[in-house]
Amino acid sequence: MVKPTLVTNTIRSRREEAGMTQAELARLIGVTRQTLIAIEQGRYSPTLEIAFQIARAFGLPLEDLFQYPEPTQKRDD
Amino acid sequence: MVYQERVAWSQLIVSVIAIAVYVALVVRSADGGELTSVDWLPLMLWTIGGGIVLTIVLSILWGIVAGMRDPQSATATDIRDRDISRLGGRVEHSFLVIAGLGVIALCAAGAHLFWIANTMFLGFAISALIGGIARVIAYRRGLV
Repeated sequence: MVKPTLVTNTIRSRREEAGMTQAELARLIGVTRQTLIAIEQGRYSPTLEIAFQIARAFGLPLEDLFQYPEPTQKRDD
Repeated sequence: MVYQERVAWSQLIVSVIAIAVYVALVVRSADGGELTSVDWLPLMLWTIGGGIVLTIVLSILWGIVAGMRDPQSATATDIRDRDISRLGGRVEHSFLVIAGLGVIALCAAGAHLFWIANTMFLGFAISALIGGIARVIAYRRGLV
């Protein structure tokens, strides 16, 4: 069983806002459309390089596209 | 479906067919007698050769159909394909190691050549099968 990632992203909504198709964005960052779909759905964690390429394609910082939850604070007993 | 996923599916389908055909041929050749009396080498070589040819033919035919639908991405590969390929390779490797250890154990026990050769063959076949399953699952369910 594949361990789910905690990383989420807003690529799909950003792409739709930009009026870009999956094929166009995939071509822009040099991956297949299937890989972009997997990234958008959180089924594939992109490499840092691809993450930066996606961020650059939208002109946004990484943090605007990818989110990672803050660690939950442990209570000291 | 990307090129490498089609290859993974082809490998998986052919592995199942090859294992089933080989086992059926050996059992039929034994004709109720001892399995060790079967002339296994030609059966094994034909199964291996047939499996390789069938995988290539299946991949090419599937590629032609995919190419007619989407010519631009028919043979495209990227880093996700390489990651999934590595995962499949690791799974395959573990089963090959198990088969290799089995062969050493059988040699040490002085087993019949039939069992030694077929343990290794089964190791190759099972590793291809499990590796194919791992790749297909990674393509379908994700790799994170």
